[in-house]
Amino acid sequence: MSDDHHHDTSLSGPAARVKALEELLTEKGLVDPARLDQIIETYQHAVGPHAGARVVAKAWCDAAFRRRLFADAVSACAEMGIAGPEGGHLVAVENTARIHNLVVCTLCSCYPWPVLGLPPAWYKSFAYRSRAVSDPRGVMREFGLIIPGEVEVRVWDSSAEQRYIVIPQRPAGSEALSEADLAELVTRDSMIGVAKIAAPVGARRKSR
Amino acid sequence: MNGIHDLGGMDGFGPVPRGEEAYVAFHSAWEARVFALTNAALTRAGANVDEFRHAIERIAPARYLASGYYQRWLDALETLLIERGILTRSEIGLRAGSEGVAAIAAAPVAAARPRAKHPAAKFSIGARVCARNLNPAGHTRLPRYARGRIGVIERNRGVHVFPDTNAHQAGPARQHVYSVAFRARELFGAPAHARDRIVLDLWEDYLELAAIKPVRRSTARKPKRKLR
Repeated sequence: MSDDHHHDTSLSGPAARVKALEELLTEKGLVDPARLDQIIETYQHAVGPHAGARVVAKAWCDAAFRRRLFADAVSACAEMGIAGPEGGHLVAVENTARIHNLVVCTLCSCYPWPVLGLPPAWYKSFAYRSRAVSDPRGVMREFGLIIPGEVEVRVWDSSAEQRYIVIPQRPAGSEALSEADLAELVTRDSMIGVAKIAAPVGARRKSR
Repeated sequence: MNGIHDLGGMDGFGPVPRGEEAYVAFHSAWEARVFALTNAALTRAGANVDEFRHAIERIAPARYLASGYYQRWLDALETLLIERGILTRSEIGLRAGSEGVAAIAAAPVAAARPRAKHPAAKFSIGARVCARNLNPAGHTRLPRYARGRIGVIERNRGVHVFPDTNAHQAGPARQHVYSVAFRARELFGAPAHARDRIVLDLWEDYLELAAIKPVRRSTARKPKRKLR
């Protein structure tokens, strides 16, 4: 476990093994280090939850898009240029006043890469994977989210190739915001289901 | 296999980690490297994603729990490269120094034999189905917590490659996948909220039709008469 926190330059444990594998596979012509740099660059910068946030904001603003998104999320996202590995069977699920959705992968770490990027450490943790199905309300409480008893919690355990994105509820007081401004409000946690979206700054006072 | 990876419903792992570190995908440069390496090398090595998942599941339970996420990827990648004969253990060991090379994951066993061959879907929307009490020695995507439990077919997700065979290079055995909704109480008993549901995407082979209605009345009365 402590290997995780070793400094890279020490090249002990996993760091040395990874370096050895990369060298050997490069020598055998199976990988190209430049391609590896490219993959890392893509997932560290290009792909991330900002893509999902754009999808959510568009679904809030454009009723026809919203219908297409819930009918076929793969095609709807492709319209916006959003596609890629782990997104071939994307499904959008909608939070309403009656249903709150939560996404997990109890068996490994399945996650909708093209819209949310790579999963955060907490999503892959044993604690989340084990309890999100048996105690979803308790898990959400740890994130500060309390779901009222009259609302159904629906947990999607990603056991096959379907990858789920939660379309959270649009916050009150956001009526005047543009699609781009709305996208700024949408958090990664809210698209997994462990958070709601807070009312925009300034709107809270008005709605109170 | 009934492995340590099948975590759904377990207790004892404590609260979900929060804070800045918990929102990071890679904690160090080698983690990013092993992610990229796996993505680039797996297909070139002739391995599919189901085999990769299964290689992670084959890591010994104590090691699985003690390893970080990308350490498990590294173990699985090394395992597959060695099993495929692309690299040898000593080759990696020599290059990596004394600390190199994980204990290789346990050898794979035989694949499950597919039942479903239907081009047409066997179950319709709204059907009550029971997740079969399957315990294959090889790879499966039917979590333990759902086995023997009754749910309702909500969606047909189309025809997909069957991981239980594909992870063992035993063919795609394509079949329908369904989103099956289980009541939380059916799976986890009274502590679960009465309204809540858990939805799993399950292959046709994992499912069988459940009795339409429980026939409690007739079966409960008959033995009484016999006792007299």
